[in-house]
Amino acid sequence: MTDMQAAPAASPTAPAPGPGKVPGKAPAGPWARMRRRSLRHGGVMFGAIVLLGFIAMAFLAPLLAPHDPLSQSLSTRLIDPFWGAKPHPDHLLGTDQLGRDYLSRMIYGARISLTIGLVAMVISGVIGTAMGVAAGYFGGRIDHFVTFVVTTRLSMPVILVALAVVAVAGSSLTVVVLVLGFLLWDRFAVVMRSATRQVRDHEYVAAAQALGMPVSRIVMSEILPNVLGALIVVATLEMAHAILLEAALSFLGLGVQPPTPSWGLMVSEGRKAMFFKPWLIAIPGAALFVLVLAINLLGDGLRDVMAPEGRS
Amino acid sequence: MLGFLLKRAALALAVAVTVSIISFLLLRASGDIAVAVAGEGATEADIEAIRIQFGFDRPLIVQYFEWAGNALTGDLGQSVYFRVPVVELIGERMPVTMGLGALALVFAVALSIPLGVAAALRPNSIIDRLSLWIAVLGQAMPSFWFALLLMLVMGVWWRWLPISGAGGFDHYIMPAIALGYYATPAIMRLTRAGMIEVLESDYIRTAHAKGLGTGKVLFKHALRNAVIPVVSLAAVQFGFMLSGSIVIESIFALPGVGHLAWISLQRSDFTVVQGIVLMLSVIYILMALVADLFNAWLDPRIRVA
Repeated sequence: MTDMQAAPAASPTAPAPGPGKVPGKAPAGPWARMRRRSLRHGGVMFGAIVLLGFIAMAFLAPLLAPHDPLSQSLSTRLIDPFWGAKPHPDHLLGTDQLGRDYLSRMIYGARISLTIGLVAMVISGVIGTAMGVAAGYFGGRIDHFVTFVVTTRLSMPVILVALAVVAVAGSSLTVVVLVLGFLLWDRFAVVMRSATRQVRDHEYVAAAQALGMPVSRIVMSEILPNVLGALIVVATLEMAHAILLEAALSFLGLGVQPPTPSWGLMVSEGRKAMFFKPWLIAIPGAALFVLVLAINLLGDGLRDVMAPEGRS
Repeated sequence: MLGFLLKRAALALAVAVTVSIISFLLLRASGDIAVAVAGEGATEADIEAIRIQFGFDRPLIVQYFEWAGNALTGDLGQSVYFRVPVVELIGERMPVTMGLGALALVFAVALSIPLGVAAALRPNSIIDRLSLWIAVLGQAMPSFWFALLLMLVMGVWWRWLPISGAGGFDHYIMPAIALGYYATPAIMRLTRAGMIEVLESDYIRTAHAKGLGTGKVLFKHALRNAVIPVVSLAAVQFGFMLSGSIVIESIFALPGVGHLAWISLQRSDFTVVQGIVLMLSVIYILMALVADLFNAWLDPRIRVA
């Protein structure tokens, strides 16, 4: 993880001086160059398009879902999806054991995964970034302390601790989000620490210090903008991590509770009938897989795009 | 070396104590544990009785010191459900979990080191791209889903392996694959990076120049050096696997520590859960310590830092 580079070193950003400029071609800034590289990067494009698709699905769920995701019907239980033996035109992806429309539950399930992924990522991002930047900028005792806290956190079995806290606190969407947010900041702290250490020794930080800028302003206007690239990359990977963990908690029965349509919970419910109706676990599992794959490809791709020289 | 050893051991001890405090507080402070133990439909009087019986009414700090003091003497309390000492419950199931973890690690290493070496020998070749894709796809696959798919394909459709329970060696194969697969991307990437770095070094050129065969250069000179950081990564991954065994053991109904944790959570048997959290953390801390010492022993430069 330490190979992440906050900014491409010694990039030829400076526009060619004077008359040598090509007419009609504006001097491209770093963001414009990044945008151009992103558009050419397969992983970034695939990840971004799929992620946007899932986000759109989550927002438009009430419009897209053909049925109420919670309404049960005993007469329409376990209908096959459209590729199955006995499909039904009303239920494209079939129905579950309680006769609920699987497609509608899948569409609403995107809301759960994305909400948990985003909120947990923001909480852990704030905690981890604060710790990492403080450790990297100040060094010394603060650095030792943060390293100790991160080591401690890494020593705790994360799934078991999350399960135990949810079991005591009572499972709800809010509890799951908070637990994941407060457990997953370790990678943010590690990456932000090393990114800040790289930036700290640059002349512009020394210049800001010499001008007598308060630390808070140095961090906000000199450090953070320069570690933003690394931050975005970790944020995507941690969002994927949170989504996978929520699914695992819900699968084990200590996450989102029924009848809420969470993909992990749907796999768990479908498990009882999976030997006869394998699509019950195949569909929600595949959705999780594709969503997490898209987010990971986006994160990995952004790393390439932002620091093509640092690719290993 | 002795100074370094003492320093690292002291740090590991400090981490272990902190973990024990945090995990204790997390379980006691994140909700009313007496209500959770009493279960649904318990009356106020029941809850009060449990509070007094287990001493939940006393100050947290008193409860912690009592628990930690007992833990030091090897007593992790009594299971509420089984009515036997927690240490006994964990002890009975530890061999299953350790065996599963070891087998999973063997699987991960057997898959990732050859792939990592092959990828390093020919960067950007088909095998390099293939191994990269295995890593990318593996990281995105939910572990419980991968386990269920294995069960469906290898257990039910092909009828190769038993799908649940404990028994002979064959009961461990699928769980070990499901658990070990998650360590492969990290080990593979590290092997690849290490091999690429080593292959560019002068002593490899020298070995080639003095006329050694390719196989000898690769395995005797290059791999041995490239694999050093992999050994410590593998130790840490083993620690992570113990945590992941909760999901895998409960799916395959493999009666190990992870399975015990899961059923204890469902029965609100928090003394057992608490004991398992402590046990798994301590094992992880020990693995990390061993990895650190191993590295320092191999590379004297680390000892100074």
